[in-house]
Amino acid sequence: MAAANQASGRRRRKGAGKGGSRWLINGVLGFLCLLWLIPTVGLLVSSFRPAADILQTGWWKVLPHKDWATAEQITLPKDTDLRGPIEVLGAAYTDEQLRAGVAAGDRRLIWENRRARIVNVQTPSWTMGADFTLDNYKNVLTGKEYVITMGDGSTQTEKGTDLSRAFLNTFTVAVPSTVIPVLIASFAAYGFAWLKFPGRRTLFVVVIALLVVPIQVALIPIMKDFTGLGLNGSFLGIWIAHTGFGLPLATYFMFNYISQLPKDLFESAFMDGASNFTIFTKLVLPLSVPAIASIGIFQFLWVWNDYLVSLIFIGSQPDVQVLSMRIADMVGSRGNDWHLLTAAAFVSMLMPLAVFFGLQKYFVRGLLGGSVKG
Amino acid sequence: MNPDIPNPPKEPAAGNPPSAPSFGRLLLLTLGVPLLNGAVNYGIFQYFRTAALHPILYALLAVLWGVAGIYLLFLSLNWVVEQYSDRARQKVQPYVFIGPAVALLGWLLLLPTLRTLYLSFLDAGSERFVGLANYAAVFTNRLLLVALRNNLLWVAAGTAACVGLGLLIAILADRSSFERTAKAIVFMPMAISFVAAGVIWKFIYYYQPEQEQIGLLNAVVVYFGGEPMAWTSMLQPWNNLFLIAILVWMQTGFAMVIFSAAIKSIPEDLLEAARVDGAGEVRIFFRIMIPYISSTLLAVTTTIIVFTLKIFDVVMVMTGGQYDTEVVATQFYRQFFMYRNFGYGSTLAIVLLIAVIPVLWFNLRQFRKEGGL
Repeated sequence: MAAANQASGRRRRKGAGKGGSRWLINGVLGFLCLLWLIPTVGLLVSSFRPAADILQTGWWKVLPHKDWATAEQITLPKDTDLRGPIEVLGAAYTDEQLRAGVAAGDRRLIWENRRARIVNVQTPSWTMGADFTLDNYKNVLTGKEYVITMGDGSTQTEKGTDLSRAFLNTFTVAVPSTVIPVLIASFAAYGFAWLKFPGRRTLFVVVIALLVVPIQVALIPIMKDFTGLGLNGSFLGIWIAHTGFGLPLATYFMFNYISQLPKDLFESAFMDGASNFTIFTKLVLPLSVPAIASIGIFQFLWVWNDYLVSLIFIGSQPDVQVLSMRIADMVGSRGNDWHLLTAAAFVSMLMPLAVFFGLQKYFVRGLLGGSVKG
Repeated sequence: MNPDIPNPPKEPAAGNPPSAPSFGRLLLLTLGVPLLNGAVNYGIFQYFRTAALHPILYALLAVLWGVAGIYLLFLSLNWVVEQYSDRARQKVQPYVFIGPAVALLGWLLLLPTLRTLYLSFLDAGSERFVGLANYAAVFTNRLLLVALRNNLLWVAAGTAACVGLGLLIAILADRSSFERTAKAIVFMPMAISFVAAGVIWKFIYYYQPEQEQIGLLNAVVVYFGGEPMAWTSMLQPWNNLFLIAILVWMQTGFAMVIFSAAIKSIPEDLLEAARVDGAGEVRIFFRIMIPYISSTLLAVTTTIIVFTLKIFDVVMVMTGGQYDTEVVATQFYRQFFMYRNFGYGSTLAIVLLIAVIPVLWFNLRQFRKEGGL
């Protein structure tokens, strides 16, 4: 308790930490953080493990742990009957026991080679399975070629999953799908906030209302329009779709910011004869950089991570497929190729995680815009 | 990129308006510039369709076009309006600013909502009017009912867990000695795609019978002497909760960040006064904190409800909707893309829309209360 009080004395917020034990708070929070961190750490560790290791042992086996290590081997007489009791080191065991491993004092007995009647005598010892490789990433990024032996003995060469093209496609989708809606939304926000025109209020209320419309409602008609216009499976189509779905939030968000800018600013600019367009590009946009950054990061992460919209508007066109689709395909078609899946998942997370940790400050500020009042 | 679009004029100095051009020329510009924009962009679009460029060059050019194209559109439209007389310009210019947004929203969200509503009254192939038959089917068909039930489960369990844990972590972090780190850790999954998260969690729930468990959850269960399970396929309908856990893992950070800011905005004197009066921490939490952050609490809850209603990716990646884990959005996808039943698909989308109407109403009321516009 003394330590807790001392610690709370160091804090900026006086009084905080009072009442509850600091150790308890730190402990519970630390536990929750561990819980939150473990899934990602597991993926990261697994993605560096050799394919065979991933399938045989859990990723936590790379940590130092106690495991059975073979100390010596006993070769039983060749004519030992596997159906009857098997005598090893003075005690009798059944075949099943030896198959699964059976404790004999502080040692464990397990078949090394059942047919050759060789038994391993194992003792517990500290080991770690820290055998790391970059192969999974190499496979995933460059599409290594495999030779698969078919059931009838013939061989077949198959090119592994190559994510570099999908990575490029995701980039091509994500950058315009971020810039376009944020730019259009900023123009609209300026219009709604500072220009007078009939229907202004009604139109803006419609924008707010569209904030909560689930995109599923829009998918079928847009899909039909896109088919008519030949936009399906094209970058332009998916830019337009993402722009439409991102616009209500971006407009609302930019409006909250731009409408708060001081009025005098515009008045003096008008006095100098600047047009609305000049004021917008030379004054409002530069002043709105914090807001643009936060909504931009938000939209970028959303587009980068999107799956449903790509699935519908890109479909099965391999040339324009994005990362999330490729990985979802891999989960479906090779659910057991963990070494590829883990590396692929991590490749797809690189960009958003870099954006997240690099621009966390703006991103968090963006989330807070408009949602915390007072 | 767009050489046909004229350069913007020099800004006219005050008191020296541009010489009034003839009406014919204005009409020509008003119609011509948007058409020219369309034509140029259509040309570029066609070029990209057929171009056999190096992928990296292709990506760079496409990005350049997407970004520059939209700016040039605004620039050229504004240029046309700047040619008008002062009065006309003041009338028209607002629409240059809001026009593209309103047009896109109308085309991509507003009209589709009405069209989907219309489609929901037609049969599978959108040919015959069937009245409310699709709605009746949605509420009687077993698969669709399961989807509705699961969505309710998602909304209830997912929202409660995200909000509850978010609040708990925000309060703990506020008093801990590693606030920034803790918040970054909990918030991080927000940056991970649902598909990648699906891979992460498949690995956690992984089950292989009769072998050493490589899935974390089963390994823990076995360690404590339990029986390993196929978590996402057995135990229906509780397997849904294991999928919901993924959403909680990803979205709690969002709730936490906002609650954290709200908690920090509570005046220190208020808390101090309560403590001086001898109120315990629990009492302070329920009597001061909760009422103080109630509007934030509602806003976050609303956002997460809307989010869970639309849940799609997690289910699609984890189970593909098998083992009774179907939700409205995955059923929608299946009806529309696999069974080609536009009637059911549209009806499901409308059911989803009806479900968010209370949220919409709340949002509008809140907006009006805050005095927007």
